[in-house]
Amino acid sequence: MSRTAGEPFLQHHFATPEQQFEAGKIGMWLFLVTEILLFGGLFVGYGLMRSRNPAAFSEAHHHLDRILGLLNTVVLLVSSFTMVMAVHAARTDRRKRLIAFLALTLVFAGVFLGIKYIEYSHKFHEGLLPGKFYSHKGDTVPGQFQFFSFYFMMTGLHGIHILGGMGAILWVLRRSVQGHFSSRYYTPVDLVGLYWHLVDLIWIYLFPLLYLIR
Amino acid sequence: MKGTNYLTETRGLKSWLFTLDHKRIGVMYFWSIMTAFFLGGVFAMLVRIELLTPGRTIMSAEAYNRMFTLHGAVMVFLVLIPSIAATLGNFVLPLMLGAKDVAFPRLNLASYWVYVTGALFALYSMLAGGIDTGWTFYTPYSTSTGGAVTAMVLAAFILGFSTIFTGINFIATIHKLRAPGLTWFKMPLFVWGMYATSIIQVLATPILGITLILLLMERLFQIGIFDARLGGDPLLFQHFFWFYSHPVVYIMILPGMAIMSEVIPVFSRKTIFGYKAIAFSSIAIAVVGFFVWGHHMFVSGQSPLAGAIFSFLTFLVAIPSAVKVFNWLATMYKGSISLEAPMLYAISFLLLFAIGGLTGLFLGSIATDVHLHDTYFVVAHFHFVMFGGTVIAFLAGIHYWWPKMFGRMYSEKWARVSAVLVFVGFNLTFIPQFIMGSRGMPRRYYNYLPQFQPMHVASTIGSWVLGLGFLIMAGYLFASLRKPYDAPANPWGGATLEWETASPPITHNFETTPAISHGPYDYAALRSDA
Amino acid sequence: MNWLRSLLLPAQGSAYAGEYDTLFLFITLLSAFFFLLIAATAGWFVWRYRRAREQAPTSMVTQSLALELTWTLIPLAIVMGIFFWSLKQYVGASVAPGDAMEIQVTAKKWLWAFEYQNGTRTVNEVHIPVGKPVKFVMSSEDVIHSFFVPSMRLKQDVLPNRYTELWFTPATTGMHTLLCAEYCGRSHSDMLGKIWVDDDATFQKWLEEGDESTRTMPLKELGKMLYESRGCSTCHSIDGTRGDGPSLKNVFAHDIKLADGKTVIADANYIRESILQPQAKIVLGYEPIMPTFQGLLREREILALIEFIRSLN
Repeated sequence: MSRTAGEPFLQHHFATPEQQFEAGKIGMWLFLVTEILLFGGLFVGYGLMRSRNPAAFSEAHHHLDRILGLLNTVVLLVSSFTMVMAVHAARTDRRKRLIAFLALTLVFAGVFLGIKYIEYSHKFHEGLLPGKFYSHKGDTVPGQFQFFSFYFMMTGLHGIHILGGMGAILWVLRRSVQGHFSSRYYTPVDLVGLYWHLVDLIWIYLFPLLYLIR
Repeated sequence: MKGTNYLTETRGLKSWLFTLDHKRIGVMYFWSIMTAFFLGGVFAMLVRIELLTPGRTIMSAEAYNRMFTLHGAVMVFLVLIPSIAATLGNFVLPLMLGAKDVAFPRLNLASYWVYVTGALFALYSMLAGGIDTGWTFYTPYSTSTGGAVTAMVLAAFILGFSTIFTGINFIATIHKLRAPGLTWFKMPLFVWGMYATSIIQVLATPILGITLILLLMERLFQIGIFDARLGGDPLLFQHFFWFYSHPVVYIMILPGMAIMSEVIPVFSRKTIFGYKAIAFSSIAIAVVGFFVWGHHMFVSGQSPLAGAIFSFLTFLVAIPSAVKVFNWLATMYKGSISLEAPMLYAISFLLLFAIGGLTGLFLGSIATDVHLHDTYFVVAHFHFVMFGGTVIAFLAGIHYWWPKMFGRMYSEKWARVSAVLVFVGFNLTFIPQFIMGSRGMPRRYYNYLPQFQPMHVASTIGSWVLGLGFLIMAGYLFASLRKPYDAPANPWGGATLEWETASPPITHNFETTPAISHGPYDYAALRSDA
Repeated sequence: MNWLRSLLLPAQGSAYAGEYDTLFLFITLLSAFFFLLIAATAGWFVWRYRRAREQAPTSMVTQSLALELTWTLIPLAIVMGIFFWSLKQYVGASVAPGDAMEIQVTAKKWLWAFEYQNGTRTVNEVHIPVGKPVKFVMSSEDVIHSFFVPSMRLKQDVLPNRYTELWFTPATTGMHTLLCAEYCGRSHSDMLGKIWVDDDATFQKWLEEGDESTRTMPLKELGKMLYESRGCSTCHSIDGTRGDGPSLKNVFAHDIKLADGKTVIADANYIRESILQPQAKIVLGYEPIMPTFQGLLREREILALIEFIRSLN
């Protein structure tokens, strides 16, 4: 990356930092649109399978722990809040706060994954697994494996995105420690923030669809 | 041209593999895609040789089924989808906008390496014996058959990201990197075409992504979504698949049309007719193209009501394409027409795309489609639009921008020979297929009833003429690269900004940001400048 | 236009095929017209306006709303016309007449299994009478196949775990080819069938006499096979055990007490009547639940069952 005098991080093909920032925003929003469509396809598939097999899906979802799910929802919402605070800190030249809020966001993301690990362990124990791995005994309603196929695909894909997001936040955290960001240039913080909000938003849809709908 | 240019300024393998220059990335894509095109073409030739006789000619039925599958998969995923956008789009778009590069050069490089990764997965699948599912992967056949299906599905999935990155890059570039004074309606129509293409790339490709993930999950873990025995629905796969794969054909044709809107005015030396009509038609095609996917499924067991709606919308989406053809013809009216190779290919496009589009009427019309679905009529139709449309337009663009990209002129004489061979060979290959199809010859058939043999033989001979045309093309194009630089900055008299740079351009494209002093098709202004 | 029709399309097997061909040829001529228009225009322009030295073009008109509207609205009207014509044809042909003869079709890699309502079973060959509507009710045992009869201009995908239908009224006798039109693996292109359209008398004779086994298997053996394959065994045992229906052991030529108090002898006529009109005489102590086999068994098959039951004494 070139460093024009007085304008660190301004790339050579952009005339002004504002132009670069706006282009970056367009790029990130477009990427978020692709993510919405990716998960949207899964949601549509889930909806259709559910309507074909309502009894099995309803029966199966009772195995999900609503408290843990709600907890995870709160955890992610809080992490979105700390992310907002981080972006604000970057925009107002408060490096220490920026680092602190980014670290906090990472912590909450870790908590989310930890809770998910607990949930997944429980499922593994009970044999409530996707597709051909389903081995739960004593089902009165057949076909519940389909629900768990979708449960694991949807939460799994979401979990992969949480991991990716954590990696991105770690990268931004490292650059914050190195002092790259200021009110003049904080694009990566802003864009990673946008991504993180989307990951949160997707969970906000996942939670009721999987855990709450009867 | 003297001094350094983007090809010579830095040297060595690493300067290419890690380049951030959109022009070098475009060139790397070009060679990779040409390699894939050659491979897909070889598969096609083998398919056609097998079809010289009913029953076994040179290979078994299993081998044949793999051959046509791989031909389709390679051509669709490794060639047609990236083709114009990744090669010519990458090279020309920033130049046309007066920009120094695309918005995200590193994302651009990433898209190339993702393409290579996807290609390697596909290559692995082929070396591991290939697949026999058809490029459309219909379930339950694709979830139950043997072969290296997982690798190929992963290949297509990975390649999708390459497309998405390109689409994101182009949209941001067009919005933010236009030179001062270059308003939306002063942009060349090539840019409008790339913009519409990019919208589809961004919106449609994720659906392919999730479809392929679900397919893999079904095949590997029997999750129960597409397999009827597990409570799933095979038709759901078709809906998911075609929701992407219909818009994808517009990803293929819109860039081709975009090239037409550049070549025809330049070689008629006349401003494009109906600029706004063409621009809006591109957007209309992109939008309406998302709502017609069910026309691939008229006999699938889909409801007649759904069929009726899809048929109606399919007829609507045909109209903007027709409008463009008429506007291109009107551009030629009272122009000053010169038939160098790019224009020869443009005229070919007009004729072949017209046939392709008109035969689409038979298929969009629900009653006639019932008989024609899954016959050679469909095969001929899509080859006319994808080959006679996209590939021919690509060839027009290659011949048009070759001097700009490589700084050399190719042999015009041999280019004309090749263009004629390609045109004749193409028609000989595919016109008999329309007739076979309507007479009841199904597609993907290893064996066939003896009455179809004469037409199959004619089609195969056509493929040899086609192949010869391409061999000659490779010959004179390679030969041109061995010459010293001899191309002027503006060999064709174009009025778009790329012709204001040197041939080949310097790495930074422009010494200073160009001023917009005339419209992109204002040849009168060029004459008064001269 | 007949030369064009016979160049582009196969033989017409039905009146619907004739209607189809009319629409098809209309679109063909329309396409030919527009193609020639485009080609001739392009050709004429390339010739008439070829570059001579460095002349300038003679027209600076770059847009025309009138032209745009014309060449948008006229094609739109034309394609809408095709849409409605086609839809009408499609809808008109989509619902089978109530009296269509039903034939069950099971597709599997790589053959077509047919079953008539009277139990006749065939593989890859089917006979139907000319001039009468026939409805194929189809499903697949494995992957998706497609039932394609070019002479009828019809096709329908055949799916696992679902029924789809295709019907037509054949108008010409002779052999009509059936092809699989959805790629299904190695022998997809060998999955051919023969639809024999016979005149009514020939067809009835074929239907009565049935397939190979029905015509030639020894009666007792045929009877046993039918007992097992046609559902008799689900209610009537052959070892004396009581089921939903009386056991067939030691029935023939014995006295039977009926629910209405009468007693009859179970002779050949009684057996025959019980199969075709099971409600006529109910055995004492049993419910009147036996379904009728009228139309589902041939004469020889009834004889075979009688022979088999006789052998259980």
